[in-house]
Amino acid sequence: MSTYNSNPSLNSIYTKTLLDSNSINKSLVRISHEIIERNKELESIILIGIQRRGVTLSNRLKDLIFTFSKVDIKTGALDIGFYRDDLSFINRPFIRETTILNNIDNKTVILVDDVLFTGRTIRAAMNALIDFGRPKFIQLAVLIDRGHRELPIRPDYIGKNIPTSSTESIQVKLTEIDEEETVLLQKDSYELTN
Amino acid sequence: MNLQTKKHLLDIDCYSKEEIFQILNDSKIMMEILNRKVKKIPTLRGKTIVTLFYEPSTRTRISFEQAAKILNADVINISIKESSSNKGESLLNTVLTIQSIKADIIIIRHPHSGAPYFLAKNSEVPIINAGDGSHAHPTQSLLDLYTIQNNLGKIENINIVMVGDILYSRVARSNILAFSKLGANITLCGPNTLIPHEFLSNNHLYKNIKFEPSLKKAVKNADVIMPLRIQLERQSTGHLPNLQEYSKQWCITSDIVSISKQDVKILHPGPMNEGIEISSDVAHGPKSLISEQVTNGVAVRMALLYSMLNTEPNMNLEE
Repeated sequence: MSTYNSNPSLNSIYTKTLLDSNSINKSLVRISHEIIERNKELESIILIGIQRRGVTLSNRLKDLIFTFSKVDIKTGALDIGFYRDDLSFINRPFIRETTILNNIDNKTVILVDDVLFTGRTIRAAMNALIDFGRPKFIQLAVLIDRGHRELPIRPDYIGKNIPTSSTESIQVKLTEIDEEETVLLQKDSYELTN
Repeated sequence: MNLQTKKHLLDIDCYSKEEIFQILNDSKIMMEILNRKVKKIPTLRGKTIVTLFYEPSTRTRISFEQAAKILNADVINISIKESSSNKGESLLNTVLTIQSIKADIIIIRHPHSGAPYFLAKNSEVPIINAGDGSHAHPTQSLLDLYTIQNNLGKIENINIVMVGDILYSRVARSNILAFSKLGANITLCGPNTLIPHEFLSNNHLYKNIKFEPSLKKAVKNADVIMPLRIQLERQSTGHLPNLQEYSKQWCITSDIVSISKQDVKILHPGPMNEGIEISSDVAHGPKSLISEQVTNGVAVRMALLYSMLNTEPNMNLEE
């Protein structure tokens, strides 16, 4: 990367693989067992994935739960772009589909996302959910919890806890979207290149 | 395209093909919200949208108002009769006043072609043209594009026939730009006096637009027929002997529709004069998408208002 750039550019100093496809799968298997244990009425669960990788993960959890319990759980997809709390400061987010076809009143909604960071996405997701009805419970399942919460939000199901510094970033790559399966930790720093 | 015109929506040519498709795509997402039990999202909370209509309107104004309210914006409607325009305040000063109350978007309809362009040059607030004289009506085009894409699955290569007052219709003008940009084949049909002369003489740059003097021939291969209202308020005399005469020759009746393709769709930008450019049974029949157009209009205007919140879409934010 030797192209001249007057602005500081984001250069990654190192990249570490945190999870490979095997350990991603193990985490999801464990989460699905935990979901089955914690919820007596599996039929009243709706898994709602947060666009985009949360949707992929929720579909995988649905399949795993079906394998272990033979209960076919309903799923949905939620885009939180319209509910962001920083819309006035940022460029407009790219919006994907929201498909919540089932009535969520009195149901147990499990929100699914890939990485839990500040908690603001989950705040927005809960706001959006309330527009669709009044779930009896909202639970939260995440593949990675990287800390640095800015809101009082905690996950119910965690694939892996990964303490990070705020200059690091986490990248989840899933086969269905990224054509590879891995979780990477990148250490970034601002550095002038020229 | 410079930044000045990008910020405003004055006519459909403010937008590239990609930007149009982006809005059509966002409209689909907005339609889901429109169909919810609780149809309200917080996206434009704290924004103020002002509608300034110097001409009567039902659907465009309430459609914008509904769209803005679902997105949680506050809406101020200015009715010209009750405003200071009556005391002689100029259009520009009216808009500067609206700007000073910290409006975020001004939606204007004006009987003079080009009025929104003049304002765009002088306003810091984004302007949306909701119809100017016989010039342009870009949001109508966006909703027509969306309606056709939604029903026919595509816009490219479809045959669309516009019948009637092409000369004075701002809908026709914006739709010619929009549909030819996206590759549809357009046939214009109507009395010679109401067809722009460059199309009559086939002396124009649009390769996929043709004029067909016979209504029966024009509709034969149509996927979409769009009759247009005779804009009596804009015409000087002499274009038509009378409306009965017009209706005899050009009204879209079930007989005319039966000549066309089996699954032809009927669109009309409204307001309709039933019995003149379209018969009642066609307007409310199974092939009519006219009420769907109105619903789609709300979703499309939601997508438009959302897109004007900030200029560039950010593809990376969700990661």
